[in-house]
Amino acid sequence: MSTELPVLKAADFGSDQDVRWCPGCGDYSILAQMKKALAALGTPREKIAFISGIGCSSRFPYYMSTYGMHSIHGRAPAFATGLKSARPDLQVWVITGDGDALSIGGNHLMHAIRRNVNVNIVLFNNRIYGLTKGQYSPTSEIGKVTKSTPMGSVDNPLTPLSLAVGCGATFIARSIDTNVKHLAATLQQAAEHNGTSFVEVYQNCNIFNDGAWKYATDRATKQDNVLELEHGKPLIFGAESNKGIRLNGLNPEVVELGNGIAEDDLLFHDAKSPEPTLAYLLSRMHQPEFPEAIGVFRQIDAPIYDDQLNGQVAAAQEAAPDAQLNDLFNSGNTWEVE
Amino acid sequence: MASTVENISRATIRFAGDSGDGMQLTGTQLTNTSALAGNDVATFPDFPAEIRAPRGTRAGVSGFQVQFASEDIFTPGDQLDTLVVMNPAALVTNISDLRSGGLLIVNEDNFVDKEFRLAKLEANPLDDPDLDQYRLIKIKMTLLTRTAVEELELSTKIADRCKNFFAMGFVYWLYNRDLQPTLDFINAKFGGKPEIAAANEKALRAGYNYGETTEAAISTYQVEKAKLEPGRYKNIMGNQALAWGCIAAAKLSNKDLFLGSYPITPASDILHELSKHKKFGVRTFQAEDEIAAVCATIGAAFGGHMSITTSSGPGIALKGEAMGLGMILELPMLIINIQRGGPSTGLPTKTEQSDLLQVMYGRNGESPLPVIAARSPADCFETAIEAWRVAAKFMCPVMVLSDGYIANGAEPWRIPDFNALEKIEIVHPGERSEEDPPFLPYKRDEFLSRPWALPGTKGLEHRIGGLEKDHETGNVSYDPENHEFMCKIRQEKIDRIADFIPELEVDGEESGDLLVLSWGGTYGACTTAVTQCQAEGLSVSHAHLRFINPFPRNLETLLGNFKKVVIPELNLGQLQKIVSSTYGVQTEGIHKLKGRPFTVSELKEQFKELIG
Ligand SMILES: Cc1ncc(C[n+]2csc(CCOP(=O)(O)OP(=O)(O)O)c2C)c(N)n1
Ligand code: SF4
Ligand SMILES: [Mg+2]
Repeated sequence: MSTELPVLKAADFGSDQDVRWCPGCGDYSILAQMKKALAALGTPREKIAFISGIGCSSRFPYYMSTYGMHSIHGRAPAFATGLKSARPDLQVWVITGDGDALSIGGNHLMHAIRRNVNVNIVLFNNRIYGLTKGQYSPTSEIGKVTKSTPMGSVDNPLTPLSLAVGCGATFIARSIDTNVKHLAATLQQAAEHNGTSFVEVYQNCNIFNDGAWKYATDRATKQDNVLELEHGKPLIFGAESNKGIRLNGLNPEVVELGNGIAEDDLLFHDAKSPEPTLAYLLSRMHQPEFPEAIGVFRQIDAPIYDDQLNGQVAAAQEAAPDAQLNDLFNSGNTWEVE
Repeated sequence: MASTVENISRATIRFAGDSGDGMQLTGTQLTNTSALAGNDVATFPDFPAEIRAPRGTRAGVSGFQVQFASEDIFTPGDQLDTLVVMNPAALVTNISDLRSGGLLIVNEDNFVDKEFRLAKLEANPLDDPDLDQYRLIKIKMTLLTRTAVEELELSTKIADRCKNFFAMGFVYWLYNRDLQPTLDFINAKFGGKPEIAAANEKALRAGYNYGETTEAAISTYQVEKAKLEPGRYKNIMGNQALAWGCIAAAKLSNKDLFLGSYPITPASDILHELSKHKKFGVRTFQAEDEIAAVCATIGAAFGGHMSITTSSGPGIALKGEAMGLGMILELPMLIINIQRGGPSTGLPTKTEQSDLLQVMYGRNGESPLPVIAARSPADCFETAIEAWRVAAKFMCPVMVLSDGYIANGAEPWRIPDFNALEKIEIVHPGERSEEDPPFLPYKRDEFLSRPWALPGTKGLEHRIGGLEKDHETGNVSYDPENHEFMCKIRQEKIDRIADFIPELEVDGEESGDLLVLSWGGTYGACTTAVTQCQAEGLSVSHAHLRFINPFPRNLETLLGNFKKVVIPELNLGQLQKIVSSTYGVQTEGIHKLKGRPFTVSELKEQFKELIG
């Protein structure tokens, strides 16, 4: 007799709650693509948990029909670490924003990644604080004029993926809210990776930072400004697929194919390289000098925190199959009082 | 000629020396040996915050006090019968605690000019005529230890490290203690380094023999077995008892244990202890900070583990926001605060009870949590189990209070039979199908508790969070009526725990001149002081709170039965504030903020003054 697994459709992953993001917000698209990715993955709803911090993006768990926790600002990776350590059988997602993950939660993000906890972290990067109505964020460009920076911001922005590389992330990817096929595929790959998956999604906040990613989403410009990474393939981009990235010493440069420059002269993507150098180099490519890369920057296998933690417990239990608390209590020096 | 043996009912001894002199080890050995001899014991380790404060200085003095007795005791003793000092700094910082007529044992070799300078002394303190009130025994411990280990051909440095065993040996002779437990300890601890083991053994025996041969003129002491309740006993420290209590609580409720923690004195030993017990299904997570520690704890609680986080005041401050989340999520967990001297970094290695208001009120919004406090090292075991019983039944984080004095102090623990302990029943809701009515994660039972639905259970998928939630569905709700209702019901749930906990017991008459109301680590000193007052015929009773939130039901009546109520606390009157705001009752306070526990005599004196 075979038990039939129910096949869940994308819509089955939606909760009965009204979605309350502003109309036109990029978060809608990420929600839709997440549901598609989950439907494709086929993991039962009850085996999935979404943990978020605080921010517009962090309302995400309420809109899913899985288990979920809307926690406190910046700490979602820590909640997820505890949950995953206790329950390695669950598929755990962390939903976070650029402020949530990189300002208040920078410390937890760093440590979840360096431990390689088997969770999937999705950072909705809109380069602004949405929920608190439009202050600049750690990813806002220098000179950004916001409510809290009327003369323009003076602090250097952070590149989330460079940070992830620095923490030794084993899966690093980037996608764009409007690039729906790519986004769904990237989320699926993230879920399939064992270890921390870190995905940055360029997300438009049409209320407080509209057009922040225009160069990467506009039909007219996107192909010249975005480079889609593929493992083992040369780095080629442009509407005509006629531009590429070549290494000049330790630095990348944009070159045009032809005139003696062939595909073989270009940098080839290697997501599986044990060294993070290439992933770092790719993460540093910024507009307007370079196209910005999307896709999987890095995917390597490494020991996983929750596996090892639970492995130690299992090994200890195997070594002492009938460990009794009474033996512990009576260990060491004891004496009898008559 | 053998010395005469004098039978005494109790003895209080303190070893004091440099942080590097091994005084904690020495004191612990005497404690264990005395416990094994059947005495009741109580200890008070007292050490500096610095790991190795400059040698020879007053700041670097480390002490360990133990009282052992042939009767029930509750404190490590007020005044010392015997003080052992390894250097001048230890002498001048400890001598005031030695009773007149007490024995002062000094390592004479360290009473030299260089040491006087380090201790900021102009002259040899042994020449102080004030010392005449004590019985001074000067021993060249360094020299004698070197001679004892001579044949092992160790470096002087290593040989000198054994002198604490010499001091120990001498005290063992003085109190007729058996060397065997310590010899076993030496073998177990230094077995891998045979010369060190041999050296320590030789030093120990040399100290003992020195007493026998040279000090035969003074009498030695014998403390008979204490008449403790029959059973098997073990000497246990507070943090160890708390850790074991947590493991037991997890097992009693058929759960694995998860600890999220960040190292901090004096709580770290719980992390150390629990990390040793993986075979009992214990997972320990050393987080990046206290915020991550409590958040991971909440995550593991959501996942269905018995989940705890341990810290001290500064770390509890960091946990504040997440504790509020744990409260509104209504998930069970223990938040354990081993209090130390505050505010801020305060006195990290000293004891205090000044975080009571912090754990009661240190969260934003209406955020009530139960508060339970351990009263002694062995009591930590029971406290942990009881705290988890409440957390699991009422689906809430429970604040557990201990303090540095309890955490590092030791006393005999009557070993329970695990199988005889009352189980903690936890029921998780089971799977549901599409035909069943929708699952309501915030629907409450008769205790106002919501169901603990575990991820992985089909049909119970639900979302929880810090936003206010609808009273049944748990969905986000901004409805003003619902919010007020939820705040009140969360409060009522905690208040109703009072129906579940035992009434307050009174030691002494149920009414009278003075009620001593205590909580936490002051239990021992208050009990002893009250018993002594009662023996003198005074109308004094004692009640000790285990639960501070909620208070036991009969507390209000009890407060009204006495002419005066006094609350001794190692703070500036925090329980007093809570009692007065709860019942409108004015109480007297006895306050101490010296990083040390109350002595029995100072309490007794003040109780008497209050009765007038
Ligand atoms: C401890 C704490 N501090 C501040 C806030 C206020 N706050 C809520 S969300 C937020 C920033 C959110 O920005 P981001 O993470 O980029 O999320 P977005 O709204 O843009 O999706 C801030 C500062 C809070 N909720 N908690
Ligand atoms: S404020 Fe911006 S990020 Fe937030 S919901 Fe509206 S559009 Fe989206
Ligand atoms: Mg943002």
